[in-house]
Amino acid sequence: MSVAPGARAEASPRPVAWPRLGGAALGRGLVTAYLSIVVLIPLAALVSKSSSDGLGAFWHDVTTPQAIAALKLTLIASLIVVAINVVAGTAIAWVLVRDRFPGKQLVNSVIDLPFALPTIVAGITLLALYGTNSPVGITVAFTRASVVLALLFVTLPFVVRAVQPVLLELDQEMEEAAASLGAGPLTTFRRIILPNLTPAILAGAALAFARAIGEYGSVVLFTGALPFKTEVASVFIFGQIETGNTNGAAAVSVTLLGIALLVLLVIGRLTRWSLRHGR
Amino acid sequence: MVVRRNAGRWGLRAFALGYLAMLLLVPLGMIFYRAFEHGFGAAWDAVTTADALHAFYLTVLIAAIAVPVNTIFGVGCALLLVRSNFRGKALLNAVIDLPFAISPVVIGLSLILVYGRFGWFGGWLFDQGIQVIFSVPGMVLATMFVSLPFVAREVVPVLHEIGDEQEQAARTLGANWWQTFRRITLPAIRWGVAYGVVLSTARALGEFGAVAVVSGRITGQTQTATIWISQAFSKFDTTGAYTGSIVLALIAVTTLLAMNIFKRKEAPR
Repeated sequence: MSVAPGARAEASPRPVAWPRLGGAALGRGLVTAYLSIVVLIPLAALVSKSSSDGLGAFWHDVTTPQAIAALKLTLIASLIVVAINVVAGTAIAWVLVRDRFPGKQLVNSVIDLPFALPTIVAGITLLALYGTNSPVGITVAFTRASVVLALLFVTLPFVVRAVQPVLLELDQEMEEAAASLGAGPLTTFRRIILPNLTPAILAGAALAFARAIGEYGSVVLFTGALPFKTEVASVFIFGQIETGNTNGAAAVSVTLLGIALLVLLVIGRLTRWSLRHGR
Repeated sequence: MVVRRNAGRWGLRAFALGYLAMLLLVPLGMIFYRAFEHGFGAAWDAVTTADALHAFYLTVLIAAIAVPVNTIFGVGCALLLVRSNFRGKALLNAVIDLPFAISPVVIGLSLILVYGRFGWFGGWLFDQGIQVIFSVPGMVLATMFVSLPFVAREVVPVLHEIGDEQEQAARTLGANWWQTFRRITLPAIRWGVAYGVVLSTARALGEFGAVAVVSGRITGQTQTATIWISQAFSKFDTTGAYTGSIVLALIAVTTLLAMNIFKRKEAPR
């Protein structure tokens, strides 16, 4: 492993260092090869397929009425989910850091459950309570609200887990100073705490959004996947693959991928900007 | 003033706990009720049919291949990212996180386009007698894709934290690359690796979308546990679907416990 055949060509002139560099070159080759086989070549094939019949065909594929309905529902539902997550996630993180009550440690561990739980189980779980003949009389399944509910379930940990460590580190003296100067709890929160939390909230929200727009397992059963009503983009793509319309599936896939990367990129910039200017 | 503060605190607590209860805990409790509605025997029978057992076996088999491969890749990748410098390192760093940003269905589709019968390499592979898509190798590939980042992401911060002084000392004393890795680096990063392995395993056992796309979902052949659950539900075998969900949920809870233990082991350093 330490000496790769053919690695000498790349080795540094310092004689002591070359075995290490040789190993690194081999490792680099293996990592690149593995990444290419599993991730990069398939993604290249996806992009190539989506544009194989030209940009006109791509545009035609992503603007069919059913595709537009699916993309629109996905984006609107994801935005609603992110907005709810920002409020509920921050509140939960606050309660977990600043509040004290019996069983808090247990509640803290439960937050990660949606990450550990298979998505199909998340869907079945919601169906058990909010499906037809719901024992509490609330049937959400197969309505548009079911899309939001399923996405809320799977994205729950993102904002909580992003905000929690920042809140733990936050210096409480600032808040005490604000309170002693006569600021009420709400003013202190708005002027002191919130600005400190904003980068973390944004980062959590971006991850939640990226996750929400691609979600499949938890929505497919719970929403009923009704075209033009509860069919989200990933379910639409699945349907197109099944019916053999690979081009259409690839075009919508690339759109989805582009939106996710764009959001992550923009929020990444925004987070870095607010980190630099916020404090 | 104090009373109002307390009211705010109670309000927030009630909101946070109520939200968690309605979204997570009550629904999870309900699957137990629904699974055992018709008695324990019915639930047991539903998840021990030949098809169900094969589905669970296949899930474990796929994870048993994908997780070790991803672990070796993840550790190697982390070492490259932290311990060496090369052109394209920033790119590698970004590419590793890609699977987190891609819909499972899109992952499945992109694999079909390369390894499917009419894909880039699929025709050639088929001529060699290797069927990837609609067969187990494709499902393993899909699982590798979705669980790719976990180990690397957990090991990178640990490698940063431990620094490379001990490794350099070992090298100065004449240890070769492998000895340094096995005796110095690996013991230092073991809890990070363990944490990554637990996360990858949970994801591998629970993956649905990507595997469903590439599997063809052939009962008794390419049906994993998650696919079996979804098809059981679609066929109105709700007892089977809920009981199968409980089995996977219990695995998830075990994962959480393991994560908590590893986090604590990692923390004191």
